[in-house]
Amino acid sequence: MGYKAKFRIWRGEGGEGRLEDFTVEVNEGEVVLDVIHRLQATQTPDLAVRWNCKAGKCGSCSMEINGRPRLGCMTRMSTFEESETITVTPLRTFPVIKDLVTDVSFNYQKAREVPSFTPPADVKPGEYRMQQVDVERSQEFRKCIECFMCQNVCHVIRDHEENKPNFSGPRYFIRIAELDMHPYDVAERKEPAQEEHGLGYCNITKCCTEVCPEHIKITDNAIIPMKERVVDRKYDPLVWLGSKIFKRQR
Amino acid sequence: MERHEYDVVVIGAGGAGLRAAIEARQQGKRTAIVCKSLFGKAHTVMAEGGAAAAMGNVNSSDNWMVHFRDTMRGGKFLNNWRMAELHAKEAPDRVWELEAWGALFDRTKDGKISQRNFGGHEYPRLAHVGDRTGLELIRTLQQRVVALQQEDEKLHGDPEAYIKVFAECTITRLLKDGDAISGAFGYWRETGDFILFDAPAVVLATGGIGKSYVVTSNSWEYTGDGHALALLAGAKLINMEFIQFHPTGMVWPPSVRGILVTESVRGDGGVLRNSEGRRFMFDYIPDVFKDKYATTEEEADRWYDDQANNRRPPELLPRDEVARAINAEVKAGRGSPQGGVFLDVSTRLPAAEITRRLPSMHHQFKELADVDITKEPMQVGPTCHYIMGGVEVDADTGAASVPGLFAAGEVSGGMHGSNRLGGNSLSDLLVFGRRAGAGAAGYVDGLAKRPSVTGVEEAKAEALAPLERTGGENPYEVHHELQRTMNDLVGIIRKSEEISEALQVVEKLKERAKNAASSGSRIYNPGWHLALDLRNMLLVSECVAKAALLREESRGGHTRDDFPGMSAGWRRKLLVCSAKPDGTSVTVEERAQPSMRGDLIGLFERSELEKYLTEEELAEYDAAVKES
Amino acid sequence: MTQTTAESAARKQRAQIRVRTLRTDRWWLAPAFTFAGLLLFLIYGFWAIFDKSYFVDPYIAPFSSPCLATSCPEGARLFGLAPFGDWYTLPPGILILGLPGGFRLTCYYYRKAYYRSFWLSPPACAVAEPHGKYTGETRLPLILQNIHRYFFYLAIVIGLILTYDAVLALVHKPAGLGSWILLVNAALILCYTFGCHSCRHITAGRLTHFSRHPLRYKAWTLVSKLNARHQKFAWASLFSVMIADLYVRLVAMGVINFPFA
Ligand SMILES: Cc1cc2nc3c(=O)[nH]c(=O)nc-3n(C[C@H](O)[C@H](O)[C@H](O)COP(=O)(O)OP(=O)(O)OC[C@H]3O[C@@H](n4cnc5c(N)ncnc54)[C@H](O)[C@@H]3O)c2cc1C
Ligand code: SF4
Ligand code: SF4
Ligand code: FES
Ligand code: FES
Repeated sequence: MGYKAKFRIWRGEGGEGRLEDFTVEVNEGEVVLDVIHRLQATQTPDLAVRWNCKAGKCGSCSMEINGRPRLGCMTRMSTFEESETITVTPLRTFPVIKDLVTDVSFNYQKAREVPSFTPPADVKPGEYRMQQVDVERSQEFRKCIECFMCQNVCHVIRDHEENKPNFSGPRYFIRIAELDMHPYDVAERKEPAQEEHGLGYCNITKCCTEVCPEHIKITDNAIIPMKERVVDRKYDPLVWLGSKIFKRQR
Repeated sequence: MERHEYDVVVIGAGGAGLRAAIEARQQGKRTAIVCKSLFGKAHTVMAEGGAAAAMGNVNSSDNWMVHFRDTMRGGKFLNNWRMAELHAKEAPDRVWELEAWGALFDRTKDGKISQRNFGGHEYPRLAHVGDRTGLELIRTLQQRVVALQQEDEKLHGDPEAYIKVFAECTITRLLKDGDAISGAFGYWRETGDFILFDAPAVVLATGGIGKSYVVTSNSWEYTGDGHALALLAGAKLINMEFIQFHPTGMVWPPSVRGILVTESVRGDGGVLRNSEGRRFMFDYIPDVFKDKYATTEEEADRWYDDQANNRRPPELLPRDEVARAINAEVKAGRGSPQGGVFLDVSTRLPAAEITRRLPSMHHQFKELADVDITKEPMQVGPTCHYIMGGVEVDADTGAASVPGLFAAGEVSGGMHGSNRLGGNSLSDLLVFGRRAGAGAAGYVDGLAKRPSVTGVEEAKAEALAPLERTGGENPYEVHHELQRTMNDLVGIIRKSEEISEALQVVEKLKERAKNAASSGSRIYNPGWHLALDLRNMLLVSECVAKAALLREESRGGHTRDDFPGMSAGWRRKLLVCSAKPDGTSVTVEERAQPSMRGDLIGLFERSELEKYLTEEELAEYDAAVKES
Repeated sequence: MTQTTAESAARKQRAQIRVRTLRTDRWWLAPAFTFAGLLLFLIYGFWAIFDKSYFVDPYIAPFSSPCLATSCPEGARLFGLAPFGDWYTLPPGILILGLPGGFRLTCYYYRKAYYRSFWLSPPACAVAEPHGKYTGETRLPLILQNIHRYFFYLAIVIGLILTYDAVLALVHKPAGLGSWILLVNAALILCYTFGCHSCRHITAGRLTHFSRHPLRYKAWTLVSKLNARHQKFAWASLFSVMIADLYVRLVAMGVINFPFA
């Protein structure tokens, strides 16, 4: 069943590097990560790649395969022609450490900027009562495996490094949406979403949704609903008036 | 060399490590979390089914005593009963606490945390989120760490003042001052630079050892580092012969062989069939479980809707039983085409229900094997999954025998006895993670002065050695041979000759590993990392094999072809491994298992205990019952 | 969190790959089609505004409905009204075109479509955009996209009028092909309109507790179903409105004149 596949893999440390060609054996049922492991074991023991679960659950093995962000462990070789040369490069939006491994600390930085879950002070552990329908929206966002491919593909920072300080990225928009829709969260998140996390930079072109391996509807279910909630808070005179008259906060 | 001072260093950022670190920080200790992969990616993310806690939300008859009994039964009464007791009592609080930190479990109709059935648990008991409970658990703890950092930022202007994560950093040695722990030494995976932690207390939470086997549900992280670090630091390992082979791992395609198929598939109605279409588990109900499991398909099927009046299906027997049954079916030539058996939900639940209840299984089979589980059965077979054995610790504080060393989670031993029940690990991580964190904090408070680090130069030389050799062994080959050996010779079914043979191979591999060489630089060099991990895997494998050779009975995760029965005499004995600081001369000794406290043993019927205990112990039981 | 000590400047860099994209599939196909489709619509719309043959009893061309000027033929006027007097001499379509136009222009789906295909920001995922600077929808004029919900309120009115037109036509000429075309068009437009993200937000999206508002939750689930197909309805209604409009005009001009027209 096996055949020899042609691979071009970006190799280098820091930003400097080049695409190197390899020919490597491929067997039935294998995924791109298997092939990279075979390269490690047989040709280039120091080829760096991140991985962990090999089952699409941890989000470690994000890379760009033929120019598209993919999980190496979930990209089956059978989706390519045997004659095709498969190009594998590191995520483009983040600095490279070595070969396919990038420095994703940007994301952990942004994670820390989103205020944590804030329940009312008087509810004790064990007293939480929530209906399934009320948690389902947030549960969708908690499926995120933090592969950071949405962050990587988003053109706001992929093509514009200078936007990084002002833009948290789709991963953190779903985090904000998750908390804003949480039945017990009492923190104000709409105004900061726009002012601090840069929701307005998103032009809803949906690349984040396209690449998400968990099929989270990032744009439709998190970003756009958050944009609408921001409109309530900031731009819609009627809602504003209504909330003044009826003193309704939420 | 980079050097950091902390009060507590937690090695491992899975459920146990994070919970320990959170506790230490909450008790005001400066805490470091060190882990080999990125923050939030530890092995715990892979857990699927749920966390067992007797909250009684679905069936109000459930309580800690029932959970305790189930745990002891599952472990075939070899468990450290104090740990099983604490675990059963505290698990509900730990789960509720997660909810207050933002976790969103699936709900019951009245808004409480929903609980699902799992093998060996009498009542629906597993708090879960679809089939991605581990992800929820680790993400919640990760976000709790971030919350504490945000608090620290407000108070001290520095988010990392009291709790800091050192991700992609591997610890290779624990350092000591005399008898006591004084720090840890390691390297950054990214740069290859060394790093030194100067700390009076170290909590090990490094998980398991599965990477010593070929067919495993475990990831590369599971090289038994914590087990080996503890051993080298002078601590003891117990129960190392007990390894859980999960009955249902994927068998095809070859590259994903071993990846887990969650037990919830069976909990939610999936059944096992052989190539003749027979639900063979009915043929494998052992005597000790005869009265708890259905004997006809009709009764088993009724159980899903009416659990009060029917006995549970035998597919939900403890894992060791199911794994052995599958193994036997395949050996008898009734296996599936790719060498497993069939696991079928497609004929048992409507397609929409399958995709709702088992989304990631549906996804996993679709993407990796091109199988649509709503239409066809899966093929599954046993896979190395979990090690019951680990560092011997004090139940209440997680303290190992070396002062300043603590352990929690999969790396610690005792809690699960000879076999772990599904779902008992996630709750174990939370309960004993917290206790180990508190234990470490308490220990630091009680110290008169900080110990000083020694042995740094030796640790450095040891780590650099593979890079300095040229033309030595290829570490990948040594690793592969070890995996084959353990899989074939110290696998599910063991024999004296085979284990002895394995020990000889391990001995040879140890020599080869000493000569392992890695080319390339120190920057993110996986070949070098593997060369360093070999020491740990070999050491742990040696413990497993030696203990397996000694224990002449079959119990839980240890099945001896030459000693097929369970022996009440062996139940009273623990096998304890120790080694010299240079990793040579691993010795295994027998130690008596302490008797169960009267009020705990009184929770069991005499008729049940008769199957496990010696006459002598039964006499003690009678005395205890009479007293109360 | 993956910090290391003493980083050299070079280590801070992204991979230096000097091509715009390494994608090997035909990523330009989708934006090209979108571009062509939208352009066709703009050209047609421009022509249709100035075309005078928008009414033939009982059909009124959707681009010119409601007809609100005195220049409109009697039967074309909505409820016989003509609030715009003789002073208004431009084509009556211009009066109302801004409403559906603005609705679609600020629609979350169409925004994606034209940002990608006209503005190439980005042309496709993981394909670099040609612009040096990018501020998204954070400042004028694009910040005005936030008024979308007001267009939605008005679009409901337009949608209902088109439905009314279609029903009226059907009552007068049940066997007319035109009546059915208008009806299908009205249905698609309503599906598009009620699948709007603002609509989803207003029905219940803005609530935290669905369980306390069962009726609104029910509505939300229905809107969500339409919303999931919003892109499809956006295109289907775009073409249906062009077809319906052209059909009416061709009948009015006498180009189409078979008995069941
Ligand atoms: C596929 C799968 C499904 C499972 N499903 C369930 C389930 O449904 N319910 C259940 O209860 N249990 C389940 N388990 C078992 C359970 O997930 C594990 O036992 C548990 O997660 C172990 O957690 P831990 O905190 O001990 O370690 P882990 O989460 O494995 O974390 C180990 C940590 O230690 C770090 N580490 C290791 N060595 C070093 C070193 N040398 N230096 C620095 N850091 C190091 C690693 O980087 C990692 O961060 C499952 C296991 C698997 C594999
Ligand atoms: S939809 Fe918004 S957040 Fe997502 S990739 Fe596009 S611009 Fe970025
Ligand atoms: S939202 Fe999806 S793409 Fe983004 S990090 Fe999470 S899993 Fe990855
Ligand atoms: S290795 Fe975990 S997602 Fe690929
Ligand atoms: S009409 Fe498309 S989102 Fe409102």
